[in-house]
Amino acid sequence: MQQLQEFISYFEKSALADTIRENDLLFPLIESVHVLSICLVVGSILAVDLRLLGLASIHRPASRVISGILPVTWSAFAIAVASGSLLFISNATEYLGNGYFVAKIFLICMAGLNMALFHGITARHLPRWENDAAPPLPARLAGGLSILLWVSVITCGRWIGFTMPVH
Amino acid sequence: MIDVALSELIQWLAATPLSHTIQTTGWIIPSLQTIHILGVAVVFSAAILVNLRIWRLLQREQPLPEVARRFLPTIWPVLLILLVTGSLLIVAEPRRSLLNSTFYLKMALLAVAITLTAGLQRSIASSPNFRDEDRGRDIAGRFAAALSILVWCGILFAGRWIAYTQAG
Repeated sequence: MQQLQEFISYFEKSALADTIRENDLLFPLIESVHVLSICLVVGSILAVDLRLLGLASIHRPASRVISGILPVTWSAFAIAVASGSLLFISNATEYLGNGYFVAKIFLICMAGLNMALFHGITARHLPRWENDAAPPLPARLAGGLSILLWVSVITCGRWIGFTMPVH
Repeated sequence: MIDVALSELIQWLAATPLSHTIQTTGWIIPSLQTIHILGVAVVFSAAILVNLRIWRLLQREQPLPEVARRFLPTIWPVLLILLVTGSLLIVAEPRRSLLNSTFYLKMALLAVAITLTAGLQRSIASSPNFRDEDRGRDIAGRFAAALSILVWCGILFAGRWIAYTQAG
């Protein structure tokens, strides 16, 4: 824990973090990129989740829905992580002390775990059910859980803005 | 003249019981904003996915009209949710947006985005044999798609920027 704090404080004290803190335009600019990319992550993954639930794109094989959309999701996620990290280092200590921030990071990890389990286990038999309008229960669970987790991520993200001390 | 009418509208809105309730109940504004952002995520992603298909960057093996039919119809009911949550946020804090030029920029960009999206949906619906191969149409489509992506990004930027440009 001590080492983690030293590691984080190294970034918080960096010239880059200083620049983000002191420039009036940089923070809102990075924040806008963050909101934009996370909207694309959540909106695009929702289309996949609804297919897994059998609620949308049901006439299209699940594998095609996934391969057609996930490149967008991953690209947007990379931008969201990069922009989010920049926002984080500008005020790392305060963010780490914010319960909504910690919850948001935890929920993102859970969403990643849910996705890994789906691709590692459920999707191994994908060719067997990918044309079914209603996929098997584990796939539907993965889709439903993903929606819940990402809605919670957005909720926590918005609440961070209301619970961080104003400087 | 307009200034007087606008400031009277703002005073009237701020004095309504609804505005008072939203302002004094701490969780309502962040909740409305959360629903608003989730709606933006859906509309924005639907528009981006179709525009990327017009550029043939994704889902190439499915014809454009089918991709458009999968994603574009979702936009309209969700825009209605955005209208409701957005209006409630204005009622709660009328000065924050109605005296803010970023808000009007966002609405102007939204009008452009709606026109482009409705135009695309109509042109696809009116020609069942819509072909990707038609060269003139392809170039016009790509231009409109690029413009649409830029305008939607502008809407999201302006939306976030309202918080930073509000009148004191």
